[in-house]
Amino acid sequence: MSPHPSVARIQRYSLAERVVHWTSAITYSYVLATGLAFYSPHLYWIAVILGGVPTARFWHPVGGVVFVATLVLMLRSWMGDMRITAVDRAWGRAVNHYIVNQDEALPPSDRFNLGQKYFFWVMVWGGIGLVVSGAILWFPEVVPWNLRLIRMAAILAHVACALITIGAFIIHVYMGTAMVRGGFTSIIRGEVSSAWARMHHRLWYERVTGK
Amino acid sequence: MANLRIQRISGHTGTVPGRGTQRQEQVAKLIDTTTCIGCKACEVACMEWNDLPFRETTFDNTYQTMPDMAWNYWTLIRFNEHAREDAPFQWLMRKDGCMHCADPGCLAACPADGAIVQYQNGIVDFQQDNCIGCQYCVTGCPFNVPKFNPQTKRVFKCTLCSDRVGVGLEPACIKACPTGCLHFGTKDDMKALGNARAQQLREHSGFASAGLYDPPGVGGTGVMYVLHDITNTEAYGGLPANPRVPWTVRVWKGPLKWLGNLAMVGGLIGVTLHYLRYGPKQVKDDSNGGAA
Repeated sequence: MSPHPSVARIQRYSLAERVVHWTSAITYSYVLATGLAFYSPHLYWIAVILGGVPTARFWHPVGGVVFVATLVLMLRSWMGDMRITAVDRAWGRAVNHYIVNQDEALPPSDRFNLGQKYFFWVMVWGGIGLVVSGAILWFPEVVPWNLRLIRMAAILAHVACALITIGAFIIHVYMGTAMVRGGFTSIIRGEVSSAWARMHHRLWYERVTGK
Repeated sequence: MANLRIQRISGHTGTVPGRGTQRQEQVAKLIDTTTCIGCKACEVACMEWNDLPFRETTFDNTYQTMPDMAWNYWTLIRFNEHAREDAPFQWLMRKDGCMHCADPGCLAACPADGAIVQYQNGIVDFQQDNCIGCQYCVTGCPFNVPKFNPQTKRVFKCTLCSDRVGVGLEPACIKACPTGCLHFGTKDDMKALGNARAQQLREHSGFASAGLYDPPGVGGTGVMYVLHDITNTEAYGGLPANPRVPWTVRVWKGPLKWLGNLAMVGGLIGVTLHYLRYGPKQVKDDSNGGAA
């Protein structure tokens, strides 16, 4: 006897996808924490806790490079899923229903909804901005004095890109852990119930189950 | 003791121990480029007093045997051959080094608590023990002065011999100058001396645009120059006409920081309020909370 459809398990994330996601999450959290320490004297203590400020300064760019590498891997596996479609635009117009938990009034989503896609692209473009400006901050001596405007711009661009990703990150963590029940388990164990898939990602559910 | 005389600290919250606690005159170095003969005695004296490791000299058919300042070379005479239309060929020799700005771009950009301090007498000093090696000071400086030591991951520059000045001596370079083109004293005295010399140059020596270089864009400097031609500062080995703390540093430390703080705190408050008001999204026909 097959299990009741509401508790049947559907694989949502492969092991590789989950490993990449959590590598990304850990490295982002590290560069976020150490970056905040460099951002404000009021948060300098974070780097003290994380092994001392020179140590944080040493590992921050390394963590950033690993984070961007995970973005490349995510781009490779999710590029197609993250393309914004007409269905998403309809969903976006009805987003107020999503915010107030009236999900039944929303157009169906595919594997990812518009909010997830926006988050993904904010992190990708933010990550590109961070890695480019970060490389300049990492090796300022390679920028000649007469091109110092590039170095000055990098200081501003790095913090601006970081703040944009932080805004997206706050919402992402909130939704993944507290708001959308089942989401957190899905990125850990890789599986969701049929009912969850139907409710949150009906088009994807229909595609993978053929129902 | 030195701690008590600090009036500004990089990357610092809370009080600054030294502001107004002692009588301290603003000090300044005056460099008269018109009487510099390029002997480099000041460079040697700096190396001697600060026990800096020696560097190899280079030779490129000019007197510029050191191409640039370095983490272990804090002052450098820049030799500039200047062709003029109205007068014979001219040497412009400028002793380069930290300008000890009243409004230091390095200190504004520095995120490390206590890595850069400004004493009450105006000297801007790097405290390598607190430096984290991020090199933001390198970008914040409008004069291209701070230099990074890649081995120790610390940044160095001229201290204006704060250790000597602190015990009532003048900086080592001043001691060594054979022509007396280097002067040291209170900022007011040095300004008066520099202006008098510039006036003399204008009125008696045919340098109609001679002037004192004390750029207001950085609040004035603790190192000032008498120049033959104040209208052509760039000819003195890239001395900026109107140096300023980079506007990107100002935007970052000012409006962007407030905007960012507001967005981050607002975001955290926002998601908390959302949860309290609307709660989680539950999957309705699911006995297992959506989890597999």
